[in-house]
Amino acid sequence: MMVETRRTEGGLAVDLTGEWRALSYGQIDAALAAVDLAGLRHVEISTDRLTALDLTGAWRLGEFVRLARGAGVEVAFAGAPPDQLRLVEEMLRPIEAERATELTSLAHSPHPVEEAEVATLTYIGRRAVTLWSDIVGALAFVGRLSSTALGAFTHPRRLRPVSVARHVYDTGITAIPIVALIAFLISVIIAYMSAQQLRSFGAEIFVVDLVTIGVLRELGVLLTAIIVAGRSGSAFAAEIGSMKLNEEVDALQATGVDAFEALVLPRALGLVISLPLLTVLADLVGLVGGAVLCASLLHMPLDQYVNRVSQAISPSTFWVGVIKAPVFAVLIAMAGTHRGMQVRGSSRELGRLTTVAVVQAIFLVILADALFAVLFMEIGV
Amino acid sequence: MKYPVLEVRGLVNRFGPQVVHEGLEMDVRADEVFGIVGGSGTGKSVLLRSILGLQRPQAGTIRIEGHDITQLSGEALRAVKARYGVTFQQGALYSSLTVLQNVQLPMVEHLAELSSSARDELAMLKIRLVGLPADAARKYPAELSGGMVKRAALARALALDPRLLFLDEPTSGLDPIGAAEFDELMLYLQKQLRLTVVMITHDLDSIFRTCNRVGVIVDRRMETDTLERIVDHPNPWIQAYFHGERASIHLKVAHGA
Repeated sequence: MMVETRRTEGGLAVDLTGEWRALSYGQIDAALAAVDLAGLRHVEISTDRLTALDLTGAWRLGEFVRLARGAGVEVAFAGAPPDQLRLVEEMLRPIEAERATELTSLAHSPHPVEEAEVATLTYIGRRAVTLWSDIVGALAFVGRLSSTALGAFTHPRRLRPVSVARHVYDTGITAIPIVALIAFLISVIIAYMSAQQLRSFGAEIFVVDLVTIGVLRELGVLLTAIIVAGRSGSAFAAEIGSMKLNEEVDALQATGVDAFEALVLPRALGLVISLPLLTVLADLVGLVGGAVLCASLLHMPLDQYVNRVSQAISPSTFWVGVIKAPVFAVLIAMAGTHRGMQVRGSSRELGRLTTVAVVQAIFLVILADALFAVLFMEIGV
Repeated sequence: MKYPVLEVRGLVNRFGPQVVHEGLEMDVRADEVFGIVGGSGTGKSVLLRSILGLQRPQAGTIRIEGHDITQLSGEALRAVKARYGVTFQQGALYSSLTVLQNVQLPMVEHLAELSSSARDELAMLKIRLVGLPADAARKYPAELSGGMVKRAALARALALDPRLLFLDEPTSGLDPIGAAEFDELMLYLQKQLRLTVVMITHDLDSIFRTCNRVGVIVDRRMETDTLERIVDHPNPWIQAYFHGERASIHLKVAHGA
């Protein structure tokens, strides 16, 4: 099929048959590859029996002709060569010329080996420059956010309360179920693990201290911040990023609306409001989780649990945890919105920067938590 | 040819209580340029999406080269989809791929036998064919101008050498000169490659320059006729469309007045 060959005197007659279309490329390719050119002086190609020839077919035919001519075989067409073949050659000629000059310029390039050695240095240098401009960009972002915030606080109308409320809802209210569930499970895990260890010392009562202090000071706020970084940090980056891709951010700027004021500030404020509230919720649910486990595992009555909790905590324990929440909120909001604003060009960039936003938000939260731990130890709370 | 290239019979599209098409009929013959015209909200895009098999109509048949696309699924539907090329209004180039990779994507999907060097050559061929410079091949869609995006989308639509080509508002967003150039390119390719072209358009210049026949969607059906005759159709919307301020120039030229 596709090709029929007949031996002639010192040569070969090649009859093309059937539909030579892109979707039958496999058959065309196989048929032409099977034509044996060895020892031939001339080949005559006939296209009379072709019912269709498209550009893909014509291109493959052109390759065949080129291969034959390269092997020193004379190629002729019975009648005129098909128009499609002429079109293909016309289109590809300038590209071939370009490729030839590219090859010669490559052959004449002065020190190709040296380039490979320099490549590592180039890579390090490029990464250093990128990192530096990243840091400068982040600082500029913080600066711009602060000045926008200052400006907005002096003109409260520019705070956009409706927008802030929407973000409190999106980042706070809708996060309640997952935050509560995680806080409950975490306090159950701590209580369970510590009960096993402390039982051998007969000191089960200290399970309450561990759960209370652990959840209130550290885990309540830290886990809530990590969940929110995953939920809202990514949402901020993706939302702003796709607005950048759709030129919505440009449209805002062109209307005379400061994109920072309209997009970044409400998200940051919304999160600064919702994250401390979520933290309080996580603390509460954590204490309830501890109570449930103490009651079922250690058979501790509820009034004893409450009594022990109030002995375990000092007035500062709760505040030491909650005070960190607004700081974490600002970090998460900045990582998300900053990366979102950097999106340009392609949907792949959107995906990459959303990932970066979440990873960075979680990293910053944990780093800040470590700094807080050192700070609180120094001031002795 | 045995079948009309595209044949739509009794097409019904409904969204809840809203009826978009009711018994719409449409025939596209081989080697013609067929224009689809209609006011905003008359369901031009819904019609195109139904024909492309992106959306199943409530009733009716849609035959592409004899295959009823409303009855097909899976592998058979995929095979029919390889037989037409389509460009979307905004280009819809894949933003994370270069122009060359965009053109190669249909080849990768449907022509597994092609070697990667053959794919490169064939994709370059299509890129040159639509009049893009060779260095555009390595660019990403975000780096292209509006006119180049349209051309790159056309190159991608031609990747598998289809006989049937759908163009959704191909000249929208182009300046008049760019739009005229695109029309000429389309006509050139239509002749060279013996394409059947179905295009949705609002561009009167484009319609008068390129279309052999026009289908106007009015009252949820399609009125089809040659360009010379459709302008005299009594329907008030068609009258307003072809005899409005903006169309008068073309009518004078067409009627030689």
